[in-house]
Amino acid sequence: MAISKEQVQDKLSAAFGDNILAYSEPYGMLKVEYKATEHYKIVRLLKEDETFRFRFLTDLCAVHYPDEAGRELAIVTHLHSLENNFRLRLECRISDKSAEIESLTGLFAGANWMERETFDFFGIRFTGHPDLRRILNVDHMDFHPLLKQYPLEDSSREDKDDRFFGR
Amino acid sequence: MSEQSIYGEEHIKEEGKQYNTLNLGPTHPATHGVFQNVLQLDGEIIMGSEPTIGYIHRAFEKLAEHRPFYQVTPITDRLNYCSAPINNMGWHMTVEKLLGVEMPKKVDYMRVIVMELSRIADHIICNSVLGVDAGALTGFTYVFQWRERIYDIFEQMCGARLTTNIGRIGGFERDFSPKVIGMIRDFLKEFPAKFDEFEGLLLRNRIFMDRIIGVGPISAERALSYSFTGPNLRAAGVDYDVRVMNPYSSYEDFDFIIPVGTQGDTYDRFCVRQEEIRESLKIIAQALDNMPEGKHMADCPEFYLPAKQDVYTSMEALIWHFKIVMGEVELPSGEVYHAVEGGNGEVGYYLISDGGRTPYRLHFRRPCFIYYQAYPEMITGQMLSDAILTLSSLNVIAGELDA
Repeated sequence: MAISKEQVQDKLSAAFGDNILAYSEPYGMLKVEYKATEHYKIVRLLKEDETFRFRFLTDLCAVHYPDEAGRELAIVTHLHSLENNFRLRLECRISDKSAEIESLTGLFAGANWMERETFDFFGIRFTGHPDLRRILNVDHMDFHPLLKQYPLEDSSREDKDDRFFGR
Repeated sequence: MSEQSIYGEEHIKEEGKQYNTLNLGPTHPATHGVFQNVLQLDGEIIMGSEPTIGYIHRAFEKLAEHRPFYQVTPITDRLNYCSAPINNMGWHMTVEKLLGVEMPKKVDYMRVIVMELSRIADHIICNSVLGVDAGALTGFTYVFQWRERIYDIFEQMCGARLTTNIGRIGGFERDFSPKVIGMIRDFLKEFPAKFDEFEGLLLRNRIFMDRIIGVGPISAERALSYSFTGPNLRAAGVDYDVRVMNPYSSYEDFDFIIPVGTQGDTYDRFCVRQEEIRESLKIIAQALDNMPEGKHMADCPEFYLPAKQDVYTSMEALIWHFKIVMGEVELPSGEVYHAVEGGNGEVGYYLISDGGRTPYRLHFRRPCFIYYQAYPEMITGQMLSDAILTLSSLNVIAGELDA
């Protein structure tokens, strides 16, 4: 049984109306953009719907767009319906001032570390997450390194002399 | 707090009872990598576990935002370094998808050979080390030299052994030489007999079976909830394999089966990997026999780094070389997700390009990172020594875990 992009779009539009902002299809994968308030509800609907059965959370990550004021942080979720072999990309935007979004840990056990990683690197707080701590970086780090304002190398380091690296 | 152990007893924390805290790792010789687990022990039964990761975090995603596309390949080597070529190929295919470059059939088949060889190398390590952890060192010595043979083949192809940086965006840097083909043929001829000997040592060995059956089990439902992929998911009975589900690199041309287990325990993971090695051998033989004629790279001079001798002798190649290296090539902007079946599961690349010289954002879906979070659940209620076996059979690679 295969499902089509139109079916997914119709279902989401019927259920969420204006909260769905756009559909697109970059490089063959359906991408849905929606308001961040609906994040949990959309994923739950897609997971629990008996036709679509998006029961596999492939990936969850964030992207920082510092130039787009008010919607700087994108949370990108990849879902996979294994029975229908249909992949789907979900994207919603939040402001980096109040970087908060509902956690998916209630739906997918695997979301736990993916969200911890996203918190670690982007500072996005997932409400309802059972254990939101840094995961790859040290606990006493006071910034979120994948945000674009942070340079690749720590400029306060004194142990590296740039002359030796031709920079 | 009550936990059901696999031995059927229920462990209830009594009033005033204290558990022993044991630091397993981060540099414990039995964990094969930098893993720390703070275990709560009731005697020898694990009552709780708190994994700490990130000891070898190298900021790959940040680094990738500062490197041109072709310089990201060496980063992917260092994710799962037991099957580095699969990561290389996955990255090349991601970029090619973004650029919209079609590969000749020959490149696809060459890639399949390289990827399946590294899958064999990956699974050999996992299964033989599982034997070592269970106390059977012999099997390890049987097959480890065959991993060396695979590395010799890689060395002959590209000059490197472990972190290969093999191939290029747009194909391979050179065709397989007759010597490489001969080495692969010899491998296909000689390895199966030795592999059967290895399997004979362990597969139906009563001691080995008693030791690992029922150890570290996970149900299909939990495995899916934890986003397991690869052999660990298939051992739980779900036949999800990216090679079949979303064929890339002409995998649809090959005839092979997906082995699945039923219990999701250490023994099933061992068996699934054993069978996958046999399937990989079949795929390599088919690819060699049906290798199409043609070029070893696509016709895309604006993205494919030209051969060095051409750069020195032809003006056009020199110009392209300069343009590619200095980032003066027009790149499309867009976002693309590409997944390949790595040694441990679905290795995904989520690439966003803004048309600049480097990726705007690159996220690696690292299967080890995702399924290692199920480890506490899998070992709670088990013996301490079972935790070691579970860890080896999951084949958690620290490089992929910590990015």
